[in-house]
Amino acid sequence: MSVTEIQFQTQGMESAPAQVIEGRSQWQLTWRRLRHDRMAVASMVVILCVCAAALMAPLVATWTGHPVLTPFPGKGTNAFGNPVGPGTHGFLLGTDNLGRDLLVRILYGARISLFVGLLTTAIAAVAGTSIGLVSGYFGGFVDTLLARFVDAVLSFPVVITALALAAVLGPSLQIVIGVIAFFSWAGIARIVRGQTLSLKEKEYIEAARSIGANPWRIMFVDILPNLLGPILVLSTLYIPTAVAFEATLSFLGIGVPLPTASWGNILAIANDYYQVAWWYVVFPAAALLATTLAFNLLGDGIRDAMDPRTERIFASSKAKRQRRRRTVRQKVAVPAEGS
Amino acid sequence: MNMLRFMVRRVLSGLVVIWVVTTATFFLFFKAVPEQAVARLLAGKAASPQVLHTVARNLGLTQPILVQYWHFLGRLVHGNLGKSYYLQEPVTTVIKQFLPVTVSLVIGGVLLWLIVGLAVGIISATRARSLFDRISTAGVLAGVSAPTFVVGQLLLLLVFLPLSKTAFHWISQTPASIGNGFGKWSGYFVLGWVTLAIVQAAVYTRLSRGSLLDTLGEDYIRTARAKGLSERRVLYRHALRSALTPVVSQLGVDLGALLGGVLVVEQVFGFQGLGFETVQSIFRGDTPVVLGTVILATFFVVLCNLIVDMLYGVLDPRVRII
Repeated sequence: MSVTEIQFQTQGMESAPAQVIEGRSQWQLTWRRLRHDRMAVASMVVILCVCAAALMAPLVATWTGHPVLTPFPGKGTNAFGNPVGPGTHGFLLGTDNLGRDLLVRILYGARISLFVGLLTTAIAAVAGTSIGLVSGYFGGFVDTLLARFVDAVLSFPVVITALALAAVLGPSLQIVIGVIAFFSWAGIARIVRGQTLSLKEKEYIEAARSIGANPWRIMFVDILPNLLGPILVLSTLYIPTAVAFEATLSFLGIGVPLPTASWGNILAIANDYYQVAWWYVVFPAAALLATTLAFNLLGDGIRDAMDPRTERIFASSKAKRQRRRRTVRQKVAVPAEGS
Repeated sequence: MNMLRFMVRRVLSGLVVIWVVTTATFFLFFKAVPEQAVARLLAGKAASPQVLHTVARNLGLTQPILVQYWHFLGRLVHGNLGKSYYLQEPVTTVIKQFLPVTVSLVIGGVLLWLIVGLAVGIISATRARSLFDRISTAGVLAGVSAPTFVVGQLLLLLVFLPLSKTAFHWISQTPASIGNGFGKWSGYFVLGWVTLAIVQAAVYTRLSRGSLLDTLGEDYIRTARAKGLSERRVLYRHALRSALTPVVSQLGVDLGALLGGVLVVEQVFGFQGLGFETVQSIFRGDTPVVLGTVILATFFVVLCNLIVDMLYGVLDPRVRII
């Protein structure tokens, strides 16, 4: 808690009527601010929809009678063997090049995207946080070694190396997750290290050390909770990057192998069909864009909600109007009191 | 003297990074691509085991891996990247052959994204909270979120396809170099440039807007205004110069990492450039070419970071490099 905050609170107490003031934690405050940010709420709704879609994929497959891997030649393709459009023969979003139901494949693709995005981010966050903490707290030789390692990982030409790795090890879901996680942790580690360097000089860490707490306890019990905010924001912003990365690898033919449906490999084949089947490109691309955009918006929203100073361009105009009215009233009220 | 010492230290640490990345890629590939597979690729499917062995020996693949690594390093110091297994040409020749397309793509793309990104960023910052600012902020979020290949595909679908059905034939898919005239060259590459620009300009808009807004709040800007300088002069001579520092550093990072983005663009539009060739080489198991491209790409990352560090002092006199 900073000095100004304490002053603010004491001021508040002096002028407050005699009633119990409920304390609110940092997280409660953040949540309250986030709830009033329309864009953040909208993006949360989109993310929940994508999650629901991923969960409901098998249900939709049985419901429409179009299993994800079953091609319907004849019914799902036209006389030239090309995909049929949305709404034809009960295919709500049309079909792909083999006559499979595009809707069902996109829903199954959502599972891959969410799974890869969330899992790699979780791995990267845990690894990056641990390495950053250790590197920043111990300093010295350990720090030099780890910091150089982080530098090296960050200066790899990422896409090419990821391509080479995936091609060499053979495309599979595990390899994709490994590659993305390997290239994601370093950025988090660098930021956590920087924060740890400044936090470990604080008095309460010195106090902890003086009562004999061991380094691991200090790192994970005393320092880590202070870093959860930045880590949460960073992680939320890493999810869309990981989703896009998986899609790119799959698009280049070294990500999730066919016939498993992923948005990237659907779009890879769609690249040959864009002249005859617009839906084949538009719907998977829209799903991918909506997901990455929603996570980015949510990340920005959380960051703004944690930092009360940040100007919020997307904050609801109603709240702004109210705020303006309130300030006007105060301005009017102050001289009235004085006179 | 300090400057010189700083430069020497940076160059040395850059060389170490290049060495680490190169070595990692070398061992990764030599462990992963078996020599038998390489020999079979060259000798054909019907080759006898003796022939295969001779081919592998001629390539030096039967030697212990550390000996091969030593030879590889020795050649690298002399600027020799080895010989492509598949094309039977020196890797430097292969790179030279495919580089022009990539360079065309990069030059146009970088120019376009810098112009668009900076212009939109400056207008947004000088008119903060205006309608233009809000629209551009929304556009930036979309641009930051969109994967490169999706932007490319949507451009093909929504711009190229409708236009190709009309009499407007500037945008074409017939390969052209600058030698075929500017019109044909730009028509061939323009969609690739726009794709790169959409994805990258977003970052620069956000960056230049934020840093310009910060700078415009500084005391020395108020001083400049108080002197009675025109707003234009305050903006372009005083504010922009120091506001550009983060933009330059971001440009260094992006230029270095650009080969990755270019690779995807080349794949979407079928440009036969270096990225396209790298993907082909990876699938062929053509290790020398892949290694060569990785070394080149890493070299660019390191070089760009170095140039950025040098430029800091020029752009922002307050920064003193120690």
